[in-house]
Amino acid sequence: MPDALSLSNVHVYHGEICAVRGLELTCAEGAVTALLGRNGAGKTTTLSAIAGLLGTRQGRIDLFGAPLEGRGPEAICRAGIGLVPQGRRIFPSLTVLEHLQIAYRAPRHAATRVFDIAGVEALFPRLRERRRQLAGSMSGGEQQMLAIARALATNPRVLLLDEPAEGLAPQIVAEVADAISALKAAGLSILLVEHNLPLALRLADTCVVLSSGEVAWRGGPDTLANDPDLMAHHLGVH
Amino acid sequence: MAFWVSQTLNALALGGLLFMLASGFSLIFGLMRVANLAHGALFMLGAYVGLALVKAGFGFWTAAATTAVLVGVLGGVIERTLLRHLAGRTLPQVLLTLGLAFIIADACLMTWGGDPMRLPPPPELAGAVRFGDVVFPRYRLFVIFASAAVALGLWLLVERTRAGAMIRAAVDDVGMARAIGVSASTLFTAVFCLGTALAGLGGVIGGPILSVYPSLDQDMLPLALLVVILGGAGSLAGAFVGAYIIGFIYTFGQVLVPDLAYVILFLPMVAVLAVAPQGLFGRRLG
Repeated sequence: MPDALSLSNVHVYHGEICAVRGLELTCAEGAVTALLGRNGAGKTTTLSAIAGLLGTRQGRIDLFGAPLEGRGPEAICRAGIGLVPQGRRIFPSLTVLEHLQIAYRAPRHAATRVFDIAGVEALFPRLRERRRQLAGSMSGGEQQMLAIARALATNPRVLLLDEPAEGLAPQIVAEVADAISALKAAGLSILLVEHNLPLALRLADTCVVLSSGEVAWRGGPDTLANDPDLMAHHLGVH
Repeated sequence: MAFWVSQTLNALALGGLLFMLASGFSLIFGLMRVANLAHGALFMLGAYVGLALVKAGFGFWTAAATTAVLVGVLGGVIERTLLRHLAGRTLPQVLLTLGLAFIIADACLMTWGGDPMRLPPPPELAGAVRFGDVVFPRYRLFVIFASAAVALGLWLLVERTRAGAMIRAAVDDVGMARAIGVSASTLFTAVFCLGTALAGLGGVIGGPILSVYPSLDQDMLPLALLVVILGGAGSLAGAFVGAYIIGFIYTFGQVLVPDLAYVILFLPMVAVLAVAPQGLFGRRLG
């Protein structure tokens, strides 16, 4: 399969602190790539850099061969990157429907599946029930669904998911996981950052482990799951 | 009784004018975090340009509409060419907009001289209306309704349109709004144009009440700042409520206790800042 997203020798700084150094990463088209690592390993920084929220100092980021680095977040979104950020970052003063309306963009590329507002609401029926509700008054789980729905409404070619299960009740985590599985089945390319390791390993086709801003290991989820030393060393899981 | 009714109507008219001035300031600050200290000067420039157009033979309404467009375009140029390069740098923004305020004020002084001038109201709104014992200028009544209409129009724009939802999203979290494809650059310019056009329009509409004189900007800007601090930056509802509160306090303060007018004007601001620093309708800034 061709690479949907590729990062080559990417360096990202927070001020003078190098958070990601020389990152080499590829995400295959139609696959889920899980980006794993301890806190501070550079996972969220990587996603923010791909989405254009943080600038890169060096390196190249390509979306289906077209360079993204140096472009603004809005241009990167229009090129086909959808971001579900850590902490959801929904807009409290907008209703559910307004989130989808301002995000919706007809796809300019051959998308595997086109998401219009009705399509997004069909994926998360709970949002259809709450379409007139202010997002700031919704539960954490509903806000997470909205954050995913909002990103899908931009009709991305690659979806960046940053901690989609963070702080959610187990039942909601299962709903979010089902939605991600459905998106994967629909052929969407996904780069997933997730601390919930069983969930990440279940959804992922490929795992990349970051440590101190560099790739420490990459391979299949089964290999990682069956190697306790690797899990303990890089992820702190015993 | 006539006194109270008459002063209440005066307060409503001043509140309406303050809303036109402060709503633009508040939207700009809420969206871009730019305290545009040239906003009062743009209000005054609007009054002078409107007066010049009326003197040149244009009708009042044509002059008002043209002035709003001209001042709005000037605002857009200021945003694109000057403020754009200072994004996120508060002190340079304050110095720049303050400098622009001085430049505009001096340019007005140079062009139109230092004498106060009267901008005549449109002939159809000249004269007064009588309700029982109360005699009230017809034009001031128009200002009350016109500012309410502007408030309604702005509310519909911000709360009921996709563009308005984009503005609110960017006020909430501009980075995230950009990450879902909202063009912050276009939005910033559009809101700056809109805010400054409202200031210019407010200047023309306010001209027949306030008259047009060189320090009009210095009289209006502090009132606009009070409105925004009281109501909460970025909140249209806050600007609306704040404008009428300040309109009432200022009007009745000037009439009842003129020596303490500024004290009772600034006291509510101090109280609000102490209790709710984000203002009555503002959100706590992250």
